[in-house]
Amino acid sequence: MTALLSAKGLKKRFGGNEAVKDVTFDVNEGECVVLAGDNGAGKSTVIKMISGVYTPTEGEVHFDGGRLTGKSAEAIRTAGIETIYQDLALADNLDPGLNLYLGREKTNRFLGLPFLAREEMRRDAVDVLQSLGIVVPDPTAPVREMSGGQRQAIAIARAIHWQAKLVIMDEPTAALGVPEQREVMALIERMKSKGVGIILISHNLPDIFAAADRIIVLARGVVAGERRPSETNDEEIVRMMMGATL
Amino acid sequence: MLENNGTSFLKSLLNAWSWLFLILILGFFELYAQLETGNTFLFRVYTLQSIAVAASQILLLALGLTLVIVAGHIDLSIAFTTGFSAVVMALVIRFFGPEGGWLTVILALGVGLLAAIVVGLVNGWLVAFINVPSFIGTLGTYGVARGVALIVAGGATVSIRSDEAREIGNGIILGIPIPVLVAAVLAIAFSYLLTHTKFGVHTYALGANRASVERAGVDVKKHLVILFVLSALTAGIGGLIYTGRFSAGAANAGEPILLYAVAAVFIGGASLTGGQGTVVGTVIGAIIIAVIQFGLVFSGLPPYWQFVAVGLVIIVAVVVDQSRDRLTGVSS
Repeated sequence: MTALLSAKGLKKRFGGNEAVKDVTFDVNEGECVVLAGDNGAGKSTVIKMISGVYTPTEGEVHFDGGRLTGKSAEAIRTAGIETIYQDLALADNLDPGLNLYLGREKTNRFLGLPFLAREEMRRDAVDVLQSLGIVVPDPTAPVREMSGGQRQAIAIARAIHWQAKLVIMDEPTAALGVPEQREVMALIERMKSKGVGIILISHNLPDIFAAADRIIVLARGVVAGERRPSETNDEEIVRMMMGATL
Repeated sequence: MLENNGTSFLKSLLNAWSWLFLILILGFFELYAQLETGNTFLFRVYTLQSIAVAASQILLLALGLTLVIVAGHIDLSIAFTTGFSAVVMALVIRFFGPEGGWLTVILALGVGLLAAIVVGLVNGWLVAFINVPSFIGTLGTYGVARGVALIVAGGATVSIRSDEAREIGNGIILGIPIPVLVAAVLAIAFSYLLTHTKFGVHTYALGANRASVERAGVDVKKHLVILFVLSALTAGIGGLIYTGRFSAGAANAGEPILLYAVAAVFIGGASLTGGQGTVVGTVIGAIIIAVIQFGLVFSGLPPYWQFVAVGLVIIVAVVVDQSRDRLTGVSS
């Protein structure tokens, strides 16, 4: 079976500094791969090379049968890779429907003039969120009135609704309380069951073990090791993060 | 649950406070008139027309400004865009003389609007492409537009003789003064734009979180330029109507209205941080200020009290805005 995404020999140099030296890994459909590593290990640089924010100095990325390297961030998004940043990029003053459709709003014509189809977009948002197991108490309320977990769900719903095949999540639980962290973990499970591949960036060990099908540990710009959660433990992962290769 | 109901009741009260406030001051002036003179204040054509004309003057500056403020910016240059357009229109009419008729007036209106659009483009370019904070950028163009208007006007008011221009400023169609009609049509158009179009949603989203619209693929720079052009455009139309009403273009035509226009937007529910505000709210805000202006004159107080009154209403509006934010869970 060919992988959904495969990154081969990625390297990124900024001036004299090699942020990423040599990173190779695959992500399959419906699989959650955690990129673990300490600050400065190169996690963010790796995902930015995948999402098209950076072009790799060496190496290449293949996705869904095509070559991604060299394409623009916009083209990569259209190809089906959605990145959910820590700040979620939500418009807090708008309802979930408008956030779901932001930039691609639905309109109806009335007397020749376009009018936003607010109700329709709202219904779609409720449906997608429901498929993620999230019930929004008041879909007309702005998303700032929602919990951290629900807001995360809206960002994920946006990715799923627009047919993302791979979702990159950057520290999704960093700013959340414990119950909301659990909600996010449950969301990741539901995305997996829809066949969506996930790259999760984290340095929080409980999250890593809860979410991962495979853990790829980065240290100083290289892959320090790859483990399945069942084959390893906290201690070994920490040791690899600190730089004791394999 | 009970507490929850209490909060949501308070919330809707705060959302509707400008309506309540308007009813309150109308009631106050009506009561005052009945007790002092035994006559009605409100139910006279003269009162209604005067309030409507004063409100439409404020509104023409405030309509475009509402969009700019919802997007999280400010446009201080509108007062002098108004003056600039007024002077340019007057100069064109004067150049062709009173024999020019409607053709001259239409040309003058067009050139006057173009002058406003130039100011808007400069504002938009400064904010969107040079990343100058809008407060500073439009403060700069405020100075430039003021100076240019004074220079081209030769430092004086440019008086004109044109029946057609006077008709635009003072004409009445079906009992409604033309300035009021123009402001009403523009208010409906801007309300549609802000509440029912993609452009409107992007304006709200821009005010809340620029990254949200940027990552959604919206051309934010272009959007900002359009916003500042719209703001200059309504201010410019205000200037054209000014020249019509007074048969003269004055460089400082908009100056006394700037504070009122900004106040109308904030009384109408907008927030300095952006992402909030509606055109309907701004209309109510403009009417409130016009009622205060006219009511104080009507009740025989020295007219300077209107500045005090409007200033106090602005402060109340900001306090209401903040308590509403606390209730809806927006961190300050």
